[in-house]
Amino acid sequence: MKTNNTNTTIQSVALIILRLLIGWHILFEGISKLLSPGWSSAEFLKESKWILEGFSRWVLSNQGVLNAIDLLNTWGLIAIGVGLILGLFTRTAAISGALLLFIYYLSNPPLIGLEYSIPTEGNYLVVSKTLIESVALLVIAVFPTSRGFGLDMFVSRIFSAMKLFKVKVDFRE
Amino acid sequence: MAGKKNKPVQGNEASSHSEKKQVLTRRGVLKSLAGIPVLGVFAYGLLEKQSYDHQKKQNVLNELGLDDIKRPGIIKNTAGKKGSLLRVGIVGFGSRANALSRGMGFMHPKDIEFSRKRGTLDNWLAQENLNIAVTGICDVFDLHAQKGLETVRGGLYPGGGPDTTLEVKRFRHYHEMLESKDIDAVVIATPEHHHAQMTIDAVHAGKHVYCEKSFTRTEEELYAAYDTVKNSKIVFQLGHQIAKNIVFKHARKIIKKDILGKITLIEATTNRNTAHGAWIRHLDKQGNPKPGDKKSIDWAQWLGSRPYVPFSIDRYYNWTKWFDYSTGLLGQLFTHEFDAVNQLLHIGIPESVVSSGGIYYWKDNREIPDVLQSVFEYPERELTLVYSANLANSRQRGRVFMGHDASMELGGSLSVTADINSTRYKDKIAKGIIDPSYPMFSYNPLSGGIDAVSSATEKYYASRGLTDTFINGKRTDVTHLHIKDWVDCIRNGGTPGANIDLAFEEGVTVLMAHKSYIEKRRVKWDPVKRKIV
Repeated sequence: MKTNNTNTTIQSVALIILRLLIGWHILFEGISKLLSPGWSSAEFLKESKWILEGFSRWVLSNQGVLNAIDLLNTWGLIAIGVGLILGLFTRTAAISGALLLFIYYLSNPPLIGLEYSIPTEGNYLVVSKTLIESVALLVIAVFPTSRGFGLDMFVSRIFSAMKLFKVKVDFRE
Repeated sequence: MAGKKNKPVQGNEASSHSEKKQVLTRRGVLKSLAGIPVLGVFAYGLLEKQSYDHQKKQNVLNELGLDDIKRPGIIKNTAGKKGSLLRVGIVGFGSRANALSRGMGFMHPKDIEFSRKRGTLDNWLAQENLNIAVTGICDVFDLHAQKGLETVRGGLYPGGGPDTTLEVKRFRHYHEMLESKDIDAVVIATPEHHHAQMTIDAVHAGKHVYCEKSFTRTEEELYAAYDTVKNSKIVFQLGHQIAKNIVFKHARKIIKKDILGKITLIEATTNRNTAHGAWIRHLDKQGNPKPGDKKSIDWAQWLGSRPYVPFSIDRYYNWTKWFDYSTGLLGQLFTHEFDAVNQLLHIGIPESVVSSGGIYYWKDNREIPDVLQSVFEYPERELTLVYSANLANSRQRGRVFMGHDASMELGGSLSVTADINSTRYKDKIAKGIIDPSYPMFSYNPLSGGIDAVSSATEKYYASRGLTDTFINGKRTDVTHLHIKDWVDCIRNGGTPGANIDLAFEEGVTVLMAHKSYIEKRRVKWDPVKRKIV
């Protein structure tokens, strides 16, 4: 992949603001779930329509899987949020976030003919805020900002140092 | 990526954006840590929000005098570690007996498999072992009796099952079962027209009784059954598990604290719109008649004291449709509503009742109405109870207690909403502390949380009813709790929640509404003569 990391300052600042805001939002979504004792994705999944409907039903019919999904959701959101704010493993966080949001979108897409019993907070046709946030994370993933403004700078230094001193790292560990 | 380019090279400030010139300058380090203060601001905001929400919730709770409300604590195991063995016989093994068996600690092997697949089996296995041995099953239908035997021999039981090697036996007639020395108590889950006589016979045989609703279908039966139970030492429980739902504990507190103000109207409803809901149950999913014929069903015993009619698969499965066997909506569904209201407000028997309705949708061979309104007057209490039932529309209308200051909607969850013209909350509404367009207090046992200021989703789901409740953080079957109440009273003395006096009040109330519908007039209760007039 060809890297062109010469954003102008204003470009970088805009991207960093975007990264911080999305990180903030996702982190709070995760923390809110953590703080509400009885939270479960069950009610969201019950509403699932279109291509993920079958999958959602399967999750709902299995308490163990549902619990696992709930746990992964909560901690996944928190990890993604922290990653985006700190600029730590930013690309991984951004791509995971984009995927997760895209799954949320696919579960309840505002397509013509699909109707939901929970009212939405806005008016959507095909495109929803969830989809936009998902794509915004893709933008963050492809325009790196964290090497300058994020802990990834240290991460990349550590990796390059390892490479320099031919330190072998076995990731399968 | 870009690994090769990462070799540290001396660079100058101007080109510090370039990856090729990555040098640890002070400015660079500071920039890399830019996210940390953002995280700090986030944490500060989170704490502020938490504190604000808590304060707001506390303000409302303080105002309501509910500041000491908590999630319900551990329920006492009054039976000690494990009570002495109780030997139970079940009369009538239809779908209700299946649910009662689960509550007692027995599940059919097929249901065990199904429950395992759904992931709910562990929950059931964690249910308290009531140390009940089902030693008798009585059913007029061979298939149902067989299902009962298989259920009792299920093979997997909560807490390892009862301490016994006693075998379960099938009885063909309930009289034989009552004569058995291996039975201490009976669970009656037959159609309604047997309840009173079976209760009377069981009491005479010295057996404790758990009887499904509705208790009786005529006045004579009611007085006879009431007197028999009242003059005996047996423990009687009517099958009204609803008050065991943990929301009732909060509802009682709300009533006790007079949060609703003066209650003048209670509206209870039934809203169903399916053939099954209208008691058309003799066909399977493919539309073929369900099993059962003259050979496998003891029709004479099933009819009991009721007028002879030739065997009918329709009557066998859909008995609720005929007044010979049931009081229809009133006995089957209003009883739950009345029980819920009576357990909360102790309204007892109304002074007068007027009912009206008709068969407007399900034009089959039924006698019972499918649309029914009954109005129960309590002039001494200065309140009216309205029961409104429809079997041809499923719009959820809930069960609502209407007071001058607030309304309480009570189902599987509970919510209290201030009245916009309330006297008591006038100032708080003006100041914006209480918003009459949202519930000011809601409690949903399944979400486990107590919410003073409900979220949109909470509001939405607060209206849905549930069959399970949450106790000690565990999903618990309310029927199990109701059976446990009965069993604990048998072992340790005491009066169960749905005792004979409540059964009597409910019985009279139902029969008043029924008589009013049949005779198309307003009926009154004469407590001196003990008679509906």
